[in-house]
Parts: sequence; structure tokens; C-alpha cells
Amino acid sequence: MKIPYYPGCTLSTVAKGFDASARESAKVLGFEMEELKQWNCCGAAFPLTPDNLAGLAAPAKVLSNARRMGDSVVTLCSVCYNVLKRTNKVLRDDKEKRAVVLGFIEEDYDGGLSVVHFLEVLRDRIGFENVKKIAKRPLKGIKAGAYYGCMLLRPFEDMGIDRCEAPTIMEDFLSSLGAVPVDFPDRIECCGAHLSMGRTDVVEKLSGNVMRSAAEKGAELIVTSCPLCQHNLEKSQGAVFSKTPGYRTVPIVYFTQLLGLALGQDENELGFDKNLWDARPLLKERGV
Amino acid sequence: MPRIGVFVCQCGNNIEGTVDTNKVSEDMKNLPGVVYSRNYKFMCSSPGQEMLKTAIKEHRLDGVIVSACSPHMHEKTFRKASEAAGLNPFRCEIANIREQCSWVHHDKTKKTGTVKSIDLTRMAVERLKRNKPLKKINIPVTKRALVIGGGIAGIQAALDIADGGRDVILVEKEPSIGGNMARLSETFPTMDCSQCILTPKMVEVELHEKIKLYAYSEVEKVDGYIGNFTVRIRKKAKYVNEDLCTGCGECIEKCPFKADSEFELGLNKRKVIYTPFPQSVPNIPVIDAPNCPKIQKDKCGACAVVCGPKAIDFKQTDTVVEEKVGAIIVATGYELMPNERFGEYGYGKFKDVISGMQFERLASSSGPTGGNILRPSDGKVPKTIVFIQCVGSRDEKKGVSYCSKVCCMYTAKHTMLYKHKVPDGQSYTFYMDIRSAGKRYEEFVRRAIEKDGAMYLRGRVSRVYERDGHVMVCGADTLSDSQVEIEADMVVLATAIVSRKGADILARKLGIGYDRYNFYNEYHPKLRPVETVTAGIYLAGACMGPMDIPESVSMGSAVAGKVLALFSAEEMAREPIVANVNERVCNACWDCVTACPYSAIEKFSVKDRQGEAVRTHAKVNEGVCQGCGVCVAACRSKAIDLAGYTDEQVFSAINAF
Repeated sequence: MKIPYYPGCTLSTVAKGFDASARESAKVLGFEMEELKQWNCCGAAFPLTPDNLAGLAAPAKVLSNARRMGDSVVTLCSVCYNVLKRTNKVLRDDKEKRAVVLGFIEEDYDGGLSVVHFLEVLRDRIGFENVKKIAKRPLKGIKAGAYYGCMLLRPFEDMGIDRCEAPTIMEDFLSSLGAVPVDFPDRIECCGAHLSMGRTDVVEKLSGNVMRSAAEKGAELIVTSCPLCQHNLEKSQGAVFSKTPGYRTVPIVYFTQLLGLALGQDENELGFDKNLWDARPLLKERGV
Repeated sequence: MPRIGVFVCQCGNNIEGTVDTNKVSEDMKNLPGVVYSRNYKFMCSSPGQEMLKTAIKEHRLDGVIVSACSPHMHEKTFRKASEAAGLNPFRCEIANIREQCSWVHHDKTKKTGTVKSIDLTRMAVERLKRNKPLKKINIPVTKRALVIGGGIAGIQAALDIADGGRDVILVEKEPSIGGNMARLSETFPTMDCSQCILTPKMVEVELHEKIKLYAYSEVEKVDGYIGNFTVRIRKKAKYVNEDLCTGCGECIEKCPFKADSEFELGLNKRKVIYTPFPQSVPNIPVIDAPNCPKIQKDKCGACAVVCGPKAIDFKQTDTVVEEKVGAIIVATGYELMPNERFGEYGYGKFKDVISGMQFERLASSSGPTGGNILRPSDGKVPKTIVFIQCVGSRDEKKGVSYCSKVCCMYTAKHTMLYKHKVPDGQSYTFYMDIRSAGKRYEEFVRRAIEKDGAMYLRGRVSRVYERDGHVMVCGADTLSDSQVEIEADMVVLATAIVSRKGADILARKLGIGYDRYNFYNEYHPKLRPVETVTAGIYLAGACMGPMDIPESVSMGSAVAGKVLALFSAEEMAREPIVANVNERVCNACWDCVTACPYSAIEKFSVKDRQGEAVRTHAKVNEGVCQGCGVCVAACRSKAIDLAGYTDEQVFSAINAF
């Protein structure tokens, strides 16, 4: 099975471990992520004004490229997933906007692509049960907090990957790897997102809440599917650490890093060294 | 040659303003078959009607046209006048030259209006020439009513019909009547105890000689039409012989097994042989078969041992009874939307997040806590309660688009009950708007806020989570434009009212309409609010949409009035505008059967002397047919015609244009 794959910018720059671990895991699970022959930035934000069609041009270009390679495209980054999936819906359902956008980028695209997240591939095509069977290096009950953020789930009527207020997909995934998912109230709160560009105080507050909320519930590890969340959480954890007495820092990893590990890849090739807080000492301590 | 009279009305200046009625009537004189024609200022006035009657007699008219207002207004008037003069009423036709002509044309020279009125009248004349005299259809009426649902609406309807001297069959699917009202603690805005005002009515039902109660039963099949329904009712196995049981309750006491109580909404357990609540009507217990070890594995049987009159019967099975009734009242009530759909409020995840209905049970003196407000997780008295309104209501995306109507009121009631029972407690209510339209309703809400200190916050809740034994509620207060976080001990959700599960299935059994939320449709939302489009089937209570107790009771009584009127005559007469099948032309394709929205067409077989079916054709049940004409359009072999609107009539009218 080959699935056209759109990596997006961050995965080829700061989140290389996210990309590499996913590609390697896919091979073990029996499918190949075939990178789009040509791709560009997705725009990194779905335009919030309904008549801002220029904002749809970049993702439309990605979609029309992907369409030449198959009928679905898989992504890893939550933001890319969000932008591509919502753009795809507009192009599929709104003939007028489709004509304008495609005319502008001089491409032909019928809206027939289905945009899927890597987690959906694991859940719906491979099956978490099978992931569990294939995982030869279970995570031995490490308490992992699944942090969803916003982009993966919302708006729920467009994304539809899971129930946006009570999602379970990441927890189910973590269970299949042998980790113990930790439920914490802020797991679907915003991290501050692009405000890290100018209002770091806001990001520090929001991401700080997430980190504290997870720590209160005993998470030893935070798992995300979004490079922006990962960045914001890591940046804020430093501040939380310095301001909260007794706070213990935890690694913030991509879900595919844990997947790769459980599937038996060398932990030194999963990009743990690129994370601000290295997960390897914890893994070693727990005998994984 | 027909002898037709034409009467053109001026309607004061309503018609005469843009139509030269004199010219219209003069013009009609030239038509073959028209022997009399004139105009008059007000045809509907007494002198106008007299003029019509006199002309019919003097000129021996065999048909009349009144060119006037819409037939919706005065067709009845003129047909009655014609009938009084000895004419078949269906030989009187109306040409609508007011709503469809004079009122829409503003040509003061009267040219356009006159030409069009002449056309319309001429069309009516040609149509009338082919009108057959029709006779009203008389249908015998079975003077018994079926009420489906024993909640307050159904109880009220049953009692009123029975008090009117007619037999009533009341079917209730639960082991006891009482419905949702039996669960309530106090009722707004008077704060009287719900059970105290309901149970006397329940007892009245039980004792009324005109009411036959089928509890723990469901309607399985409905056949027939107004005045003549045949209903099959499934009596579910109670495993208790109703004729022998004395209701002593010994079996319930001795039963060693327990299961979740449906009546207490999971807040308490009940025995496996049980009555839902102490004042149940009928007071006959039922065995919850899936949880009974005797029935499942032939172990125990304690109830049978202690039963004095030997009423326990483990071999009992469902039985089906057939009843004939003349009218059906649907009063199946409502349910609450599953709260689990709203993950942000944590219902089902946190024990101390409960529904409004569960709060009713906590506040009820007959409830699991004896009326003390104790939270489910640890039985402590909650010192802070958050009420969240509009959970699912007015939420097009995740819930339903409508307002559930009663939540604002019962939440205000809850805050008062809480304050009275826990004087040092504080309640917070998150609301979108306060909707308290109704007699003494607004005053009630103000009392909750001003006198009982309920804190109302206008805004929505984003998240509920647990921390250190508290339920934390994060939300917005849009009036102070701030985010709030409340450390609560308990959260109560005012969940949306939705239709009963399976409401659509029952609607299809009955052949009545329902909306996208499976609430039943009334015939006309303003002028015929308790009738359905299917004659003889009526609605009452919250099966039509969210409503409170006074409204449900009013509807129950309204329906009883309708049914008693129907039962007041031996036979009921109805308009003969029904479809007729030409059996010789019908090729039995059954497209009409599929098309008919009223299930009025049946497959009829013609049998020979040996009783063998030789051919089949469609047959219209005149009692059920509403004369909509859908079957006429559906019939490919043109075998169906609608009396009073035959193809012949319609085409000749078109040809005359």
C-alpha cells in the first residue's frame, strides 16, 4: 500500500524526527508514505474570512498535486491537516470558489481527494489492535498525556476525526503501544499557536496551563501531533519550571517517535535528541 | 341541455373596483347552457342568498356558479343555500374573481379584471356542466377511544373522555402510568408537589369504570380509519398474574436481587421484581426478566414462594389483544437527549455531573435521598452547584435547533429548591437568555434571583473537570466580559428535550406526520393544534414538541373535546371528495398504494365462486381518503379519478380558457 504523503515545512526542518519516525514506522506496518513529487507550504492557517480566497491558493496547489498521485493524501502535522482538509471541503462543496481558486493557480482539481491524518491511517486502515500485535517493544506503562490542541479536532464538523470535546484516538493509540494514557483537563485547550510570534506572554500562560494540568495528573510524558504545539509547550515548560516550585520537567514528543520506538527502531534515530527535553533517560529508567 | 345560473358578486367595491361585474354577467348569458345571469352587491348577504334560492326555483336551475371570493370563504354558504333550494350542493361552484383577480389587478379602467373574470367564470361554467351530484359519505363510528401513553397528557385525555361517558383504552409501555411528571419533585411556578397533584389523577384512572388500562403494553399495529380502527396491543409478559395479584408487595420485599432503577435514572437500585414507585398504577409488580436468575437460569424463585395468592407465573409470555376503537390519541411524551454527547461537560465521566431530571429525583421527598440534596459521588451536601442551561437546545451543530422551553423555568425552580434545602449553599446558573413567558413565570425567575440569591451568569461553559474532589467549571460571563472558573461540588445539566426513541416507528404505524426531530406534526399549528392530517388520530402533550405541564393538560382536554364531538353522532358525515378507482382499467401496479400518504388504498382481489382470486385491483377506502389527488397523478393507466375534480372537469375548464 502506497499513500501519497504531504510532509509540510516544519517536518522537513525543525521536526525531522517526526517525519523520519513516521516513514520508518509505516514501512514496519506495511505501507509506504510516498512524498508528493512537488509541494509547497500549506499556508499554515486556514483563512477565517469566507471571502479570502487567496489564502486557499497554496493548499489548493498541494491538493491538486496530490490528486495526481492517488485519491487520498496523508499528513502528520495537525496544522497542515487542518488547512488541507478544510480547503478540500471548500473546493469540493463550493463550485464558485473552486472555479476562482483553481483559475488563479491554473490547476485542475475535482475535490475528490480525502485528506487523512496519520493517526486515522493507524486507526482505520491498520487498526490499533494490529499495531499492538506488531509492537515488539511496548512502553511498559509509561504515563503519557495525549495533548490534542485545537487543529486536529476543530471545527469538528469539518475535521470529523474524533469527538472534539471528548476525543479518544490518541489515548487509544497510546494504549496500543503499552503506555498508560493520562486524562488531563487541558488536553484539548489551545497552546497559544501563532501568538508565539509576538505575544509570548499569552503562549506562556496557555501552554503553561497545559503543562501544569498534565503534571498534576501525573503525566511523565506529553505526546502531540503538532510541531507548533510541541514548540510552544517546550518553550513554556522552561518558564513553568522556573516559576513553579517542585515542578518536574517532562519530555514533549511526537506520537510517531513513540510508535517508532515501540515498533523496534533505534531510539537514537527517532529525533529524541532534537527535543528540548530528551525522552531517552526516562525510557532507559523504565526499561523500554 | 343544462340550466345554469350565474351570480356575479361585486363585494362592495372589492370586486367592482377593477371588474365590471355587469359586463361579466351579461357576457355569461351568451354561453350555451346558461339560462340566468346577474350581478349583485353582496352575494353572501341574506338577500343575496335568498336571490340565489329564488332563482334556482323560478328558473328551474340545475347548477349555479357564484363568481365571488375564494371558495375558502363562502363555498359552504352558497352550497348550503343551493341545497336549501333543492339542488345537490356539489352542483354549486365558485369562480374566484376576488383573491385571484380583482385584488391582484389594479387596472382602474376595469379592462384586465373584466376579461379575466369572464375567463374564470366561463371555465367554472364548463366545469360545472360535468359536475356529478355527490353525496356526503356516512361512516359508522365506534365510540371508544385509544390513548397511547399514560403521562399527564394521556391521563387527562383519558379522564375527560371517560367522564364524557365514552369508553377509553389507555396503553402505557412502562409498568405504571404517570410518565415523566411522576419523577418531578415540585412544579413551577406554584411549587406544589408533583406527585401530590398527579397521583389523585392516576388513581382516578385506575378506578374509572370507563377506562381500561393496559400497562406494560405497546401498540403493535393499527388498521382502519376514522371511527373504525382495529388496534393490536402487545401486553408484555409481567410474569405476574394480574387477576390474582393483590399488590401486597411481599414478593418485592423478599426478592434478593437488584438492578438499576429506570425510574430513579440510575441514582438508585430497585428489586428485580418491582413496581417503578410506591404509588404505581396499576400496583402490580413486573419481573425484569433479563436480570431475574429464575427466568434466566432457573435459580431462586423466592417471589413465587412468598406469594400468597400464587400470582407469580414464570412461564408467562407476551400476549396480543385486539381492540376496536373510533379515535386514537397519541400522547407518548418525551425523553432527554443523551448527555454523553457533550464531552465538555463530563456527563458519565464525573459522578457529580447529573441531569436536571436526576436533580428532580434528588429533590423529591420520595427520591433516593429522601429529598436531601446529596451528591452522588460521596453523599455529601454540595455547597456550590452550577446549573448549565441549553445543553443541546438551541445548538444547531451539536444538538437541536429548537428551544426546549421548560429548562429556564425548572432551572430557576432547582435553584430555589436547593436554596431552601441547603440555606448556606450557593448556586450559579449559566444561561443564554432567560425565557420565562407564561403566567407568573417571569415573577418566579425573578424570585429565584432576587429572593433566593441564585447567581445567574450569562454565558456558556467551555469545560468541566475534576480537581481535588471538586467539579471545576470554566465558562464565560459575557455581561462582565470575563472568564470565570467555579469550584463546584455538583453540576446539573438542563438537557434538551427530544422525542421518544422509536417515535418515528409509531408514526409510520399510525400514518401520521413527524418533523426532522421526530416530533409529531399537528394538522395546523394554529387552528388545528391537536389533530393530525390523518382523520381520527389526535395528539396531546410533548410528543409534538417540548411543552410544560399546563400546556400538556390543556392539550389532553382539548383532544377529549374533539373526540367527544366525534362520538356525539351515530354516524359521521364527510365530504365526498375522494378518489375512485376504475377497476376495469386498473392494472394493479400499486403505484397508488405507494404514493398514498394516508394508507387509504388497499389491494383488493376479485374472487370467483370457489373463493379463488381471479384478479386484483386497487380500492380506495372512502373513510381514510383525504382527497389529496396524489394517487391520480401517480396512476399510469389513468384508472383513478377524484370525485369533484375529475379529469373531465379539469380538462373542460382548461379548454374553456
